Amino acid sequence: MKSVPTTLRQLMRDRSAALGFFLVVLVVVAAILAPWISPHPEAVWDMNPANRLKPPSRTWLFGTDRMGADIFSRVLFGARITLMIALVAVGASLLIGVPIGLWAGWSEWWIGEALMRVSDVFLAVPQIVLAIAIAQTLGPSIENVILALSVTYWPWFARLVYAEVRALKRETFIEAAIALGVPPRRIVLQHVLPNVASPIIVRASIGMGFTILTAASLGFLGLGAPPPAPEWGRMISESREFLPETWWYALAPGVAIFIVVMGFNLLGDGLRDVLDPRLRRSHDR
Amino acid sequence: MSVDTQPLLRAEGLRRHFPVRNAFGVTTHTIKALDDVSFDLRSGETLGIVGESGCGKTTLGKMLAGIHKADAGRIHLEGTDITSLSVEERRRIAQRLQYIHQDPGNALDPRWTIGRSLDEPLAIHTALSRPERLARVGKILASVGLPESHLDLYPHEISGGQQRRVGLARILTLQPRLVILDEPTSGLDVSVQATILKLLRALQAEFQLTYLFISHDLSVVQIMCDRIAVMYLGRIVEIAPSAELFAVPRHPYTRSLLSAIPRIGGRRVTDTFTLEGEPADASNLPSGCRFRSRCPQVAAVCAKQDPALGPGGSAHQAACHFAGETPGGGHV
Repeated sequence: MKSVPTTLRQLMRDRSAALGFFLVVLVVVAAILAPWISPHPEAVWDMNPANRLKPPSRTWLFGTDRMGADIFSRVLFGARITLMIALVAVGASLLIGVPIGLWAGWSEWWIGEALMRVSDVFLAVPQIVLAIAIAQTLGPSIENVILALSVTYWPWFARLVYAEVRALKRETFIEAAIALGVPPRRIVLQHVLPNVASPIIVRASIGMGFTILTAASLGFLGLGAPPPAPEWGRMISESREFLPETWWYALAPGVAIFIVVMGFNLLGDGLRDVLDPRLRRSHDR
Repeated sequence: MSVDTQPLLRAEGLRRHFPVRNAFGVTTHTIKALDDVSFDLRSGETLGIVGESGCGKTTLGKMLAGIHKADAGRIHLEGTDITSLSVEERRRIAQRLQYIHQDPGNALDPRWTIGRSLDEPLAIHTALSRPERLARVGKILASVGLPESHLDLYPHEISGGQQRRVGLARILTLQPRLVILDEPTSGLDVSVQATILKLLRALQAEFQLTYLFISHDLSVVQIMCDRIAVMYLGRIVEIAPSAELFAVPRHPYTRSLLSAIPRIGGRRVTDTFTLEGEPADASNLPSGCRFRSRCPQVAAVCAKQDPALGPGGSAHQAACHFAGETPGGGHV
């Protein structure tokens, strides 16, 4: 692994990667500071029919929704829900997928191969379809959205790590470690894992964007966090009744989703260029 | 057998066949990478293994090192059969028997510093504390002629010759008895080759090492080895003390190899080289002697009978029906 400062410096040299990094930081900061930068923190959850469907103005930056809540504040607080869902789902997928991939790729035992066939089944069906099925069955809640996303996203990591480990196993330095008498567990954890860390990080970053998009879709379909949680997907869904007159209602959460997903994708692409060992040489020299 | 004459390593009937499968997973034929290889290695000597690419030299080295498993045959190290050990016990053997890869740059983890790579064998095989390990690494580093500042560098930051020194240092930290050197000079320019060979000699004396020296470079093998085994298509076809092998080669394959060494003032290699064509397909060996398709002295018996190494018990053995009677007149 390269050191974090080196990686960052190289990332900043690439304009689109720097933009992605900036957008992600922007969303993360917004989520963390939501209670302080929100102009109407009280108007996120409360019903206030008097202020219903107000267009954007100096008081209501992005306008208000059908309950009279401040859309700007709701978008800020929505960032927290979105990031939390994506972080937990991608984290859980990592925790499930990476060990399975490492083990299946290293041992080449039939059970590992069988697990890989299971992951093929998951990968063959679009993630959103499986996630809808799971979320629908379990009922709408944030926990179930996270569960649905984790269960459907781990095969990506398992598959990726599996392929990388299979390739690494034939590397001379792994063979040398075997000849040196290094125990397999140590080889996998200290030699193999650090060498597959880069593609895992890249996939995790792109996976964040992907997961946020799927989570928003679930929210849009009413399978996400129940009202009145400020979930972006559901905010867009609610706005449909009032379109096209109240254009601001859908605009703010839509742009928010766009920004965060694009941010993670650009960041992931940039990280791939900087970290991926197969491309690293051309960047170093 | 007394302790003195017991070989450090004894290989008996080593065999490794790689199955070739068709699209349906059915084995259609096998590639005989190693086919019944036996030899003894005495403590303190250097045994050279020579042969063309694909003759099984590297497979043999990796099998002795425990990277490849043997399909059949036994390997005895200091009297213990190491092929029948449990995985755990076999791993501990690595302390006494070490293998150096052909490509030492790639044999080091690209993400590890030299220092960490050198520390690893000690961390696994010994109970030494960290300062003790550091001291030992420092000492070995000095014996292979590298400055201590190299400990913080990464493999790609040092030259090919230095990578080889690191490769040597890495296994010497464990103070092994036997070191298998796979093409230790390939890919180095001649001056670096010479320093590496000198270093190998010095280390052999300093640490009482026994070398199995795998190479295709006959002139290097001639300088370095006490005895030489010539391999052809997975089998040892001739084994003899170095000087004798070069003076009176008995196997026609050895003779043709020797005639292929270019010599200043000698005859042109193109005039004396007697071998024609490529080695037979290892997955489809000819009947009888595996060399007969290229042998200049082929006779009727060669197609019928596979010659064994002989005469048994002798220091100079060859696997040819005519080894006893073939002209031994040297190679130039």
